[in-house]
Amino acid sequence: MAEVKEIAIGLSVLAENAEERGRRIHVEKGLMDLNNQYAADNRKRLGAAKVKALNVLSSPGSGKTTLLSRTLLELGDELKMAVIVGDLATDNDAQRLRVGGATAVQIQTGTFCHLEAVMVARALEALNLEALDLLFIENVGNLVCPAAYDLGENAKVVLFSTTEGEDKPLKYPRIFKEASLVLVTKCDVAEVLGFDRSLALENLRLVTPQARVLEVSAKSGAGMQDWYRYLFELLGRGVP
Amino acid sequence: MHELGLVQRILEIAEAYARREGARAIRLIGLKVGALSGVEKSALEFVFEAAKQGTLAEKARLAVNWVPPVSFCKGCNVEFEVDNPFGIALCPLCNEPSATLRQGQELEVEYLEVV
Repeated sequence: MAEVKEIAIGLSVLAENAEERGRRIHVEKGLMDLNNQYAADNRKRLGAAKVKALNVLSSPGSGKTTLLSRTLLELGDELKMAVIVGDLATDNDAQRLRVGGATAVQIQTGTFCHLEAVMVARALEALNLEALDLLFIENVGNLVCPAAYDLGENAKVVLFSTTEGEDKPLKYPRIFKEASLVLVTKCDVAEVLGFDRSLALENLRLVTPQARVLEVSAKSGAGMQDWYRYLFELLGRGVP
Repeated sequence: MHELGLVQRILEIAEAYARREGARAIRLIGLKVGALSGVEKSALEFVFEAAKQGTLAEKARLAVNWVPPVSFCKGCNVEFEVDNPFGIALCPLCNEPSATLRQGQELEVEYLEVV
């Protein structure tokens, strides 16, 4: 009898401990699932309108806006282009990008340090996709957060300027690993800066061997033709 | 620093699952986080402490299961763990670099402990 009582007490202690620990629920739900759904929708919409989209990424000040505004100006007669540009505040970049007949839609991200697919979905509403060939999505200047968010683009282009130091790809490997194309920008000042070109290219090869690498200067125009060739190839067209 | 957005997603998911199970409170949130997911441990915990107030997870702790990066070499058809802090993934067989990540980018609510 005493033994039974002891067992009963033992069980109630166990029950209390189980209550303390709580019960386990399996979830296995990805934090990016919702974003990825929006990205898949964007990809479908862009694909249906036969628009190619590039997610353009870099640190702040690497020259995304300068590169794109020159591209819009120089290719404005050949291609119908638009830009969606994300910034924490101001629409200065969108104003700089309203050149060569291009439409620029500004997304002010507020406290967000990256663009998410749902923001791009809303911005797509403001564009006539049927009339477009190419869409640039200029992400917020940041090499960490934007890497995690698929926007529905066809390819990621990562800029890496000669002013930033040769080890950028080593510091932010994830974003470089996902790049289809890496543009080494501001090549016109590389020499003055003592930029070690071969070290930078070797770092890129080690981190992201599959990426194409082009060296450009949107200021002098050096290498811009290679970048344009990449764009025409992406669109499946011959270079005019 | 996008940990705030991530923590808000974590709390949304955790509360939805906890409510579905009729739980009164969440004790523990088990996360799976890849080493190359871009998430900073201290930032995640800092933001979580602030954001959990007023939710079912008010008294919850985070248990983070860090997933090491695993790469893949196409040429040798071999998966290997990347122990280089800079994400340089050199195949142990042919020594060629690879950009493929098979593991290490996870961001997932794996399980909850609720009462």
